[in-house]
Amino acid sequence: MLGASQADRRLLPEGRLAGPMPWVIAIMMFLTALAAAAGLAMGDAAHRLGGDLGRQVTVQIVAADPGVRDREADAAQHVLANQDGVSGLHKLGGDEMQALLQPWLGDAGLDRDLPLPAMIDVDLTDAGRARLDRIAAALVVAAPHARIDDHASWLAPLVALIRSLGLLAGGIVAMMVGATAAAVVLAARSALNTHRQTIDVMHMMGSTDAQVARLFQRRLALDALFGAVVGLVGAIVVILGIGRRLGEIGSGLVGSITLPWTAWAALLALPILAGLLALAVARITVQRALARTL
Amino acid sequence: MAGIVQFENVGLRYGTGAETLSDLSFSLAQGSFYFLTGPSGAGKTSLLRMLYLSQRPSRGSIRLFGEDVVQLRRARLPGFRRRIGVVFQDFRLIPHLSAFDNIALPLRIAGVDERDLVTPVREMLAWVGLADRASARPPTLSGGEQQRVAIARAVIGRPEILVADEPTGNVDPEMAARLLHLFDALNTLGTTIVVATHDIHLLSRVASANVMRLEHGQLQDPTGALRYPPRADAEGHG
Ligand SMILES: Nc1ncnc2c1ncn2[C@@H]1O[C@H](COP(=O)(O)OP(=O)(O)OP(=O)(O)O)[C@@H](O)[C@H]1O
Ligand SMILES: [Mg+2]
Repeated sequence: MLGASQADRRLLPEGRLAGPMPWVIAIMMFLTALAAAAGLAMGDAAHRLGGDLGRQVTVQIVAADPGVRDREADAAQHVLANQDGVSGLHKLGGDEMQALLQPWLGDAGLDRDLPLPAMIDVDLTDAGRARLDRIAAALVVAAPHARIDDHASWLAPLVALIRSLGLLAGGIVAMMVGATAAAVVLAARSALNTHRQTIDVMHMMGSTDAQVARLFQRRLALDALFGAVVGLVGAIVVILGIGRRLGEIGSGLVGSITLPWTAWAALLALPILAGLLALAVARITVQRALARTL
Repeated sequence: MAGIVQFENVGLRYGTGAETLSDLSFSLAQGSFYFLTGPSGAGKTSLLRMLYLSQRPSRGSIRLFGEDVVQLRRARLPGFRRRIGVVFQDFRLIPHLSAFDNIALPLRIAGVDERDLVTPVREMLAWVGLADRASARPPTLSGGEQQRVAIARAVIGRPEILVADEPTGNVDPEMAARLLHLFDALNTLGTTIVVATHDIHLLSRVASANVMRLEHGQLQDPTGALRYPPRADAEGHG
């Protein structure tokens, strides 16, 4: 459909048909790509938070007597190791505990006598997550001072927030598609007005509507594609910049916001979709305008 | 034989005023040559526009090539228009196309291969005396040169009907005679020709031509040759 003969090409004057349309589309593509990237990254992050972190629990054994605490910690590890659905166990050692507490207590505050709970990080499989209640019940029998800290319970609101931000981004992308179509309609109408005389003459010589539409749709689609590529390049520069900043922060949660390769592929497909959208919209606009003439 | 063009009780009204044209009933015979005359504003261009399918009549019926074109589906109009060549009163050349490309336009619209159109277009340019202006754009041509390009464009597709609205308005008498000769030659090849003009000197130039005269929106038909339905003695009814 994009192919046009030399003759077709010459029927309209050289140069841009679309006026400012490509730049409007460039701006919209820039915003669309940012919104889409944000949405895709959010979706990915929510998925992985809900997945990896959501399948972790921490078992704390809070007992003042170090003897009781160590005994129950060993018992708890033993019980957990024999439960279905537990895929990994890791008891935090003294150094790790110190590293965790150091931001709050400082170097000086750490003291051998400070009664710290024993902590065991537990990785669960999906099946393990489902039977967390039963694992907890078994655990309490062996280690009465054990408490289970379920990461999913404090992650859930965060995951929900991230999900709704992702939906918002999707909504913005949908609105941008509508605005892009509107920009193409305006450009097509103005191109039709500008070239009204040429179209009239072609009609009088027996041009079909499809022949006339072909002249416009190809040029308008290429103009839209040009704008879309410009906008996308700008957006990619910004996305890479933000990605580097996020990487520098390097914290667990923020660090989990990245773009998977499927998201990159979706972003790169946007200009092609914009071009096809412009092609279809221009064709429909021109044909409908022509249908009103004799 | 039924005419290649048949108007029956055709009326045309622009907007809400009086009818610009009323009660037009006539039949044009295939292969004949017609002049359409009448004072300025009589409605010659309006009549021709209905004939070349750029204007629908307000009432009445128009048949072209034996088919009613008033009720024609839009999609079928291009097919009819390709059989009619038009020289517009205001030329309507496409300003950014060269003389060559303007003349080639009907062939390209009809889908003629690029290789096959160079020779006919060059011949046509030569015939209207513009062989050396092939690459000139209309704005750089004189009025008479533009008119000749318009005529070349109208006849290049070998139309069955040629409609020309004041085709000699901008050329000197010598060129006018040459162009009429061109029309006459096409007519000899079988093309039905309709030429609107208020230049009465032209009328005598084509011996075989019929003359239609428009006045006050009505067709004066002194000879009765154009009457439709034809007279009883010509067709046996009416
Ligand atoms: N599109 C239009 N809208 C309204 N009125 C029109 C339109 N075209 C023509 N007219 C009117 O119809 C009448 C006939 O016009 P037309 O152009 O057919 O005359 P004409 O015989 O071709 O004149 P000329 O010899 O000057 O070319 C005129 O009064 C004109 O003002
Ligand atoms: Mg006129």
